[in-house]
Amino acid sequence: MAGIPHDHYEPGSKGEKWLHRRLPIVGLLYDTIMLPTPKNLNWMWIWGAVLTFCLALQIITGIVLAMHYTPHVDQAFASVEHIMRNVNGGHMLRYLHANGASLFFIAVYAHIFRGLYYGSYKEPREVTWIIGMLIYVLMMATAFMGYVLPWGQMSFWGATVITGLFGAVPFIGDALQTLLLGGPAVDNATLNRFFSLHYLLPFLIAGLVIVHIWAFHTTGNNNPTGVEVRRGSKEEAEKDTVPFWPYYIIKDVFALAVIMVIFFAVVGFMPNYLGHPDNYIEANPLATPAHIVPEWYFLPFYAILRAFTADVWVVQIVSFLTGGIIDAKFFGVLAMFGAILVMAIAPWLDTSSVRSARYRPMLKLWFAILVIDFILLMWLGAMPAEEPYASLSLIASAYWFAYFLVILPLLGVLEKPLPQPMTIEEDFNKKHPPKEAIVSSSPTELPAE
Amino acid sequence: MINSMFVGKSILNFFVVFFLTAASSFAAGGGNNYVKDYKFSFEGPFGSFDQNQLQRGLKVYTEICSACHGLKYVPIRTLGDEGGLGYSEDQVRAYAENYEIFDPELDDYRPAKPTDHFPEIVDAGAPDLSLMAKARAGFHGPMGTGINQFVKGIGGAEYIASLLAGYTGEEKEEFGTVFYENTAYPGRWIAMAPPLYGEDVDFDDGHSNELKYEAMDVAAFLTWAAEPKMMARKHVGLRAVLFLILLSALLYATNKTLWAPIKKRAA
Repeated sequence: MAGIPHDHYEPGSKGEKWLHRRLPIVGLLYDTIMLPTPKNLNWMWIWGAVLTFCLALQIITGIVLAMHYTPHVDQAFASVEHIMRNVNGGHMLRYLHANGASLFFIAVYAHIFRGLYYGSYKEPREVTWIIGMLIYVLMMATAFMGYVLPWGQMSFWGATVITGLFGAVPFIGDALQTLLLGGPAVDNATLNRFFSLHYLLPFLIAGLVIVHIWAFHTTGNNNPTGVEVRRGSKEEAEKDTVPFWPYYIIKDVFALAVIMVIFFAVVGFMPNYLGHPDNYIEANPLATPAHIVPEWYFLPFYAILRAFTADVWVVQIVSFLTGGIIDAKFFGVLAMFGAILVMAIAPWLDTSSVRSARYRPMLKLWFAILVIDFILLMWLGAMPAEEPYASLSLIASAYWFAYFLVILPLLGVLEKPLPQPMTIEEDFNKKHPPKEAIVSSSPTELPAE
Repeated sequence: MINSMFVGKSILNFFVVFFLTAASSFAAGGGNNYVKDYKFSFEGPFGSFDQNQLQRGLKVYTEICSACHGLKYVPIRTLGDEGGLGYSEDQVRAYAENYEIFDPELDDYRPAKPTDHFPEIVDAGAPDLSLMAKARAGFHGPMGTGINQFVKGIGGAEYIASLLAGYTGEEKEEFGTVFYENTAYPGRWIAMAPPLYGEDVDFDDGHSNELKYEAMDVAAFLTWAAEPKMMARKHVGLRAVLFLILLSALLYATNKTLWAPIKKRAA
């Protein structure tokens, strides 16, 4: 597919021409920043910029924190206290980094659900979507390993539980778990490799972010109507779009500033609200906390993991059919990763030719239930594994899979979509009616505001 | 279209509200303990430590708690920090000499200096108190949603004060260990004997030394010990919030002006 036609960079001065012949980097930046962007994007399109900011924030604060942190089981906890008490501005750095992770996940969930609602994952943006899902998985790995580094009780026991999941893989589970831990249990080797990987993965994420942006700059942004930008000519495209700079950069920066008000209020006034008090107790392999709970952003998938216990008939059937190779524990692990996988293959599960849920009355309803389902799972993930939470978790998990595996494929056939606008311009003008020039029309013809 | 706009906006709203309320859904359990919502001067965005209270709390810690509990992460010199106890250099030096510290270079004990940390005490089997005020949550739920913590705070100080004032006087012996009934302790039976009875310490500022005040004062001191940079943090937070509100207002105006010709398209 050809890109959206627009003006390209023309080197002006002699110096620019010299560089452009050798390395067209200014042209690349120009084309990236001046990308024609649908002019009807709403406020749910701000999260990409917020996410980019989060990545930069985490990398910058993280690099400075790493200068003062000691990845050793005897010193890690104390070195975090050293950062909190002795390092200039260390307490702010650490709280920015810890709460930055939460902001990162709020933004990524908003970003993902926006994509699901407006059909951003659909043809031709499947590659963008898949790369996004890879970024999301890497984010989870990075956040998980980062949470281990302070070497508090939740760090240690969270690491023990989560790495234990890999032990559930048939045949190679034990070897896999040992490789991950660097030994038979969570110990110094684990802390060292987690520190190393926690420093590495963000740069992989940064690389994938560039590819993610490259991919959607090739296809063009989706927009709330899901109708493509007209590409017949530059003039036509200009009726549907505005350049990214300055229109969306200023809008995104404004949205970011508002989010930062809330973020700094949290960091300044309640920085430990999203953390767990137990992580201010140094890791003790001999004392298991009463409740081992992952960070809030893992809770929905943690709930899915725990939902499939040995007394669920689906689990029993699968266990019977596979001769016990897939037991309840491994089934739970498969379900947890499967919950992300079904999201990743949504482009091929959704059979509707209409992109945006704005014109899909039935999807709108099911999507609303999916959002509620996600929140419900998050809550259930924090509750103890007992009734009624176990049954509720099972129902909520089942809906998560049903949405992707049953509802998305069926709706394309069953649903009668509403008429879509012909162009983005039409949608935009409906919301912002063009004003007639006052001199050329009588006052009575002015459209009512 | 209005409908979908509504859905879009409510997703946005949801994520903003969600960040501030339900996300902290950790507080499973809780149990049958009761934590009183004491009022402390350092609560809220504008709250600050009460210097006298911290000094009284240090006295309670020094005369009573320090017999069994260490404060190994707290450097003694920080007793002179602004926004905390605010002692003079001489006072800090004099205070440090209360403690005997093992010096590996001398291979012997010597009086502590301000640059040393409070001693770590392991013999009594009692937990270190450096971070206790952040390692306990006084408030939970309801129903694991974290809303109580959003409203009342996490409640570390309230938990400590409630615990110290929460002994009923009942005791029981199990397998040679004596447990004391405490209304604030999850599980109700705690191994720590009641450390405070009221009028245990004479305060230099003449403040009442009823049990309730002793408990609150030492809870305030331990909150400072766990979070000595709280005042600096709140100042940064306040300045950042005010600055960002102003920046947001300016950016709002910029954005509106920028888009006006696109949206109005005056011919």
